[in-house]
Amino acid sequence: MRVLPPLPVAIPLLVAAFMVGGGPFIRRRAADSIAIATAAAVTGISAALLLQAAGNPIVYWFGGWTPRNGVALGIAFAIDQVGATLATLGGLLMTAALVFSWRYFDAVGTFFHALMLVFLAAVVGFCLSGDLFNLFVFFELFSMAAYALAGYRTEDPGSLQGALNFAVTNSVGAFLVLSGIALLYGRTGALNLAQIGRTLDAGPADRLVIVAFVLLLAGFFVKAAVVPFHFWLADAYAVAPTPVCILLAGVVSELGLYAAFRVYFTVFSGVLGSHADGLRGVLLGAAVLTALLGGVMCFLQHHLARLLSFATVSHVGITLAGAALLVPAGSGGAFLYLVTDGLVKASLFVGVGIVQHRLASVDERELRGRGRGLPWTFGLLVAGALGLAGMPPFGTFLGKALMEDAAARAGHSWLPWLFVAASALTAAAVLRAALRMFAGWGAPAGAGDPDPTAAVAGPERGQEIIERRPRTPLVMLMPAFGLLAAALALGLVPGLSARAERAAERFQDRAGYAAAVLDGTAGAPPAGAHAPTHLGPAVAFSALTVMLASALALGVLLRQRAPAAPRLAARRVWHPVASALRGLHSGQVGDSVTWLTVGAAGLGALLVLTLR
Amino acid sequence: MIGLYGIVTSRNLIHMVTCLSVVQSSTYVLLLAVGFRRNATAPIFLDVPVGTRAVDPVVSSLALTDVVVGATVAALLLALAVQVHKRLGTLDPEELRVLRG
Repeated sequence: MRVLPPLPVAIPLLVAAFMVGGGPFIRRRAADSIAIATAAAVTGISAALLLQAAGNPIVYWFGGWTPRNGVALGIAFAIDQVGATLATLGGLLMTAALVFSWRYFDAVGTFFHALMLVFLAAVVGFCLSGDLFNLFVFFELFSMAAYALAGYRTEDPGSLQGALNFAVTNSVGAFLVLSGIALLYGRTGALNLAQIGRTLDAGPADRLVIVAFVLLLAGFFVKAAVVPFHFWLADAYAVAPTPVCILLAGVVSELGLYAAFRVYFTVFSGVLGSHADGLRGVLLGAAVLTALLGGVMCFLQHHLARLLSFATVSHVGITLAGAALLVPAGSGGAFLYLVTDGLVKASLFVGVGIVQHRLASVDERELRGRGRGLPWTFGLLVAGALGLAGMPPFGTFLGKALMEDAAARAGHSWLPWLFVAASALTAAAVLRAALRMFAGWGAPAGAGDPDPTAAVAGPERGQEIIERRPRTPLVMLMPAFGLLAAALALGLVPGLSARAERAAERFQDRAGYAAAVLDGTAGAPPAGAHAPTHLGPAVAFSALTVMLASALALGVLLRQRAPAAPRLAARRVWHPVASALRGLHSGQVGDSVTWLTVGAAGLGALLVLTLR
Repeated sequence: MIGLYGIVTSRNLIHMVTCLSVVQSSTYVLLLAVGFRRNATAPIFLDVPVGTRAVDPVVSSLALTDVVVGATVAALLLALAVQVHKRLGTLDPEELRVLRG
C-alpha cells in the first residue's frame, strides 16, 4: 500500500482541475455527484490511512528521496493517528457539506465545486505533511480557497467585508509563519519537522529559537482564532455560505491548533522542554481569555451564524486549555473534544442553513415563533446545544472528561469550572435561540427597546436565499443528523478515551517521531500505564453545565416576567460590558490587524520573559 | 513593519493590498538574507568547478513559492476590492460597516 498516502491530496486536486477545465460542459447535478464521490473517496482513503497508522506513523517520501544517514533532503508525508483522524474529519465534513449544497444553492457554478475540492485537498495535505514548508504551502492553499469561498456571494457587501477581513488578517498570519520558518531554516538548514527538532536539540534555547517559536505560534493562532487574534473569524463565518461554514467551523479553526501543537511537539519540545511550565502558563492564559470572551460574545449574538462562530472561538479556547497542559491525557482529551465538537458544530451550522432555507432569515429575534412547523430542526438545535454542553452520550463529554482528569492531576483543578462556564454560555445561547424561534418564547423583537426598528434595521446580513420554502429537503436533514449521530456514536465507542490518550502520547513523542521519519525505524511503543479516567466528577460537571445553560437560556427568555428591580440591576451591570465588547468587534480590517500585531508582540514579550 | 502600519491606518483598499505586499516582501528579503553567502554565485552548477561557493538554492525556491502565493492573495483581494467599489461606490474600509458587534 505504498501508493495510498499521496492519493487523498492528488485526487481532489485533479478532479478540481477537471471541473474548472470542463466547467461549461458539466451539468449541475453531474458536478454535484462527482464532487460528492470525490469527497467520499478522500474520506475512505483517510480512514484507511488512519487504520494503518495505528502502530507507527506512516512515512512517505515523494519521489523516493529517502533520507541518508538521518539527513532528509526530500519532502515527506508523515501520517500519525492524529493527523489521519483530522484528515478523515475533513473528508467527512466536506462530504456532508456537498450533500447539503445539493439543494441549498439555486444556481452554482462548477467553480464552487472546484474551490471546495481544492480546499479539501489542502486540508488533507496539511494534516498529513511532515515538512514545515509544505505545511505552510497547504496552509496558504486552504486559506486561499477559504477566502474565495467566504466571498463567494459577491453581491452582498457584508460578504465582501468579511472576506476582505479574513484574507488580510490571515495573510498577515501566514507572513508570521513564513518568517518563523525562515529563521528556523537559517538556524538548522532543514525543513523537515523531525530534522529541525533533532538539530535544535543539540543547540541552546536562545532568542532566535524563541522568536521563531513565537512567530509560528502567533501565525497558527491567527488561524485558530485564539483571542486576541480572533477578530476576523466571526465576520468571515457569518457571511460565508453555509456549506463553507460547515468546513470552516468544523475543521479549519482546529487545524490552527493542530499545527501549533504539531510544531511544538516535533520541533520545540526538546529545546524548550525545560521551560514547559512558563509556556503552560501563557497558553492557559490565552485559553481562558478565548473561552470566556468567545462564550460571552456568543451569548450576545442574535445572528445565528455569528452566534455559532463565537461558539467556535469559545470552544477553541477549551481545546487549547486541554492541550496546553502539555501532558498526553490533556492532548488526548483535547483531540477527542476537537473532533466531536467539530462534528456537533458542523451539524448546528447545517441546522442554521435549514432555517435560512425555510424561513429566509437567520436573525433569531426576527424569527421568533416562526419556526413552529419545523420540529426536526428544533430537535437538531436542542440536541446540538446539549452536545456543545458536553452531555454524557456525546463524544464531547469523553473529551472533556479526559481533559478535566488531566487538569486535576496536573494541579489545575480550576480548569473544569472554566469548561463549565464557557460551554454553559455557548449552549445557553443556542438553546435560547432554538426556544425563541421554534417555541415562540421570550419577548417579541424590540420589546425592551426604546426604538423597535433599531434592533432589526440595517442591511440584511447573510441573506442567501430570498423566498421561503414549503418543506425541508431530505438531503439537508440527512447530513445534519448524520454528523450529530457520528458525534454521539464516538461517545459510545468503548475504550476510545484510552485510545485517544495513546494517540496523543505518540503525538508528543518527539524522539519516536524523528526516528520513524529519519531513520525508518519503529519507535518504542509508548508506555502502557494509564490511570483509568474517573467519570464521576465529569458527569457532575456536565450535569452542572446543562443545568446552568438551561437556566441562563430560560432566564433571558422569561426575564420580562421577573420583578423589575433585579432585572434593572442586572441590566445596569450587563449593558456596559456588552456594548464595550461589541464596540471592540468593529469588523474593521485595520482594527483586527492592530489587535493581531499587539497580540503577537504581547505573546512574544511574555514568552521571552518566561522562557529565558 | 511599515507595511503593517500601512494596513492598520489605510483608508483605501488598494493601498491596503499594496501594504500587504510590502509586508510579504519583507519575508522574501529575510529568506534571501538567510541563504546569503559572501562571494558566492547563483546556484547553477552546470559549468563551474566543483566546490564553487553558491547561495543556498532552497531559500530561493521558498521565496519563489511565496511570490506566487503573494501574487494570488493580491489578485484575490484586488478582485474583492473591485466588487466593493461596484456595490458600494467606495474604497474606504471605514465605510464598510455592515458587520459589527
